[in-house]
Amino acid sequence: MRKGMRMAELRVTGRVASGGFAAGPVTVFSTGGGAIRGAGEPVAEAQALRDAIAAALEQLWDLAANVGSDGADILAFQTAMLEDETLSETAFAAIGAGVTADRAWRAALDAEIGGYEAADDVHFKARASDLRDIRDRVAGILSGATTEPGPPAGAILVGEDLTPSRFLSMDWSGGGGIALTQGSASGHVATLARARGVPMIVGLDLDLGGLAQRADALIDGASATLTIEPEAATRDDFAARARAAKTSRSAADEFRTRPALTADGTPIAVCINIADPAEVETLDPRICDGIGLVRTEFLFGDKHGLPDEETQYQAYRRLAEWAAGKPVTIRTLDAGADKPIAGLTLDHEANPFLGMRGIRLSLAKPEIFRTQLRALCRAAAHGAVEIMLPMVALPRELELARSHLDEALIGLQAAGVPCRRPELGIMVEVPAAAITVDAFDAAFFSIGSNDLTQYVMAAARDSDAVAELNDPSHPAVLRLIAQVAAYGARVGRKVSLCGDAGGEPRFIEALLAAGLRALSVSAAALGSAKEAIARVNIGGLG
Amino acid sequence: MDEFTATSSAPLTNSIGLHARPSVKLTKLAKTFISRIEVAPDENGPWVDAKSIVKVMAVKAAKGTTLHFRAEGPDALAALAALRELVAQNFLGDEADSGEDAQGNAHG
Repeated sequence: MRKGMRMAELRVTGRVASGGFAAGPVTVFSTGGGAIRGAGEPVAEAQALRDAIAAALEQLWDLAANVGSDGADILAFQTAMLEDETLSETAFAAIGAGVTADRAWRAALDAEIGGYEAADDVHFKARASDLRDIRDRVAGILSGATTEPGPPAGAILVGEDLTPSRFLSMDWSGGGGIALTQGSASGHVATLARARGVPMIVGLDLDLGGLAQRADALIDGASATLTIEPEAATRDDFAARARAAKTSRSAADEFRTRPALTADGTPIAVCINIADPAEVETLDPRICDGIGLVRTEFLFGDKHGLPDEETQYQAYRRLAEWAAGKPVTIRTLDAGADKPIAGLTLDHEANPFLGMRGIRLSLAKPEIFRTQLRALCRAAAHGAVEIMLPMVALPRELELARSHLDEALIGLQAAGVPCRRPELGIMVEVPAAAITVDAFDAAFFSIGSNDLTQYVMAAARDSDAVAELNDPSHPAVLRLIAQVAAYGARVGRKVSLCGDAGGEPRFIEALLAAGLRALSVSAAALGSAKEAIARVNIGGLG
Repeated sequence: MDEFTATSSAPLTNSIGLHARPSVKLTKLAKTFISRIEVAPDENGPWVDAKSIVKVMAVKAAKGTTLHFRAEGPDALAALAALRELVAQNFLGDEADSGEDAQGNAHG
């Protein structure tokens, strides 16, 4: 049966984190460094900088060949500066001391630029812009540079675990999938993978050291299997299953663009959750009832520091304009726990899920919170922006946030900046808030079923070992949801659910039975959620 | 400090000083010699490598500055003569940088 060097077919089964089918070459990555270029050894970093300078010089020569003599003079100066090893001396010294190429280069050039900016003579001062040009050209090449090639398009990434930032740094538009020996079906990466439609299997019992790079692999997100070097019969079976899934998906796609109605005609509002404004660019706003959850952590994950008011305003405004009058529920910064932000969240909390996160952190850092509120009030002038506070446990937290919002509005109005007061609502994810929901004077309630479930069941969402306990359809969770839904209906306040459970067809009947009439799901789950809704007969529910 | 076999000074009559274009020319010319060559805006220094544009620009020699050169090596005297000539010739027709009008052009 085994001929030549060909490996035998290897098939392992794990747990599905994100459904779907993918076939492609294996890229085994290590958790430490791996397929994406991080901080390398000084030798590699120095080489990266040398290569980037050489590439920048080549760009300048190319440019000089295509510009007039005035431009060529400027380029001749830049070229001469870049060719001069004195310019990069301090950068290479810093790299030798362990600094990354990018940081070392920027620091060296910034010092040089500072010297020019400090000059009295305008002609020397003006050269600072040339130095900035040189700095950015090389830095740009460096940031795009890889010491080892990244995974090819459509690759099946195989490793222990994957970080959200690494997931986000990859281009999934050409297909591909994720297979992890550890990982979690309910963590952040799984949520992202479902939103992008990237198949992902976790908890595989697999010897990573024995895997060959670029071996053929199949990920079957329906049966939770990863197959390495599949035999012909396996391939045929896989192709047939993928085709069948595609057919049922196109059935779901038919539902996707229609308003959601139950079998007996009850309308259900279905919004989308987004983690990055880029997600809506290819979406038609008519397929949903608005954005039920905007995770603003995307703005704060940047390594260039916290986003200023203008950056936030532009991002929120884009969403408000996209939604064209439909509600856009923007959650204030929900940092902490599994979403740490350097310099903002606390390190070394023994139990970060029960620590300084969400609204607790925002109230502790009012200057950051107020900047976000100001940006939100400004964006609200362009659409139906709503503010949603995460991790609220006490009515006092809502009222403190409201007074910060008042202040932000007064400041903006005094300065004559166009703004509008957004509706202020809360996430219901802390059991205390669910149990005492009638104590909160919130404009709306949105149930965060991921955290609510893990807190009610005392089962961490990132622990596969207790995954069975982490069940949003457990009666304890459903009773709390029902209580919140009933309260909302009684007092006429909107109640929705924006956790992952809302996008899971198997949970939808139970959620509607609990009284929910609004769900917010990932854009990728829109079709299947609406299809599941259409099968539910509300009149027949007890 | 190292011994320099030759030194010379040349008044910088360039109208706007040792800016980008003159510096490119000066360092390019200096690099055509084997000798170690240094330049300074004052005979007491600071002396910098005349082959490094980064260092020459850092001198920020303004218009009217007297440039001092010193060289050490087999072609030191030839290097100094050439550099003097470059400055005396107002950087070979580079009467202006950044469109500035020339003043005191020796070859006007």
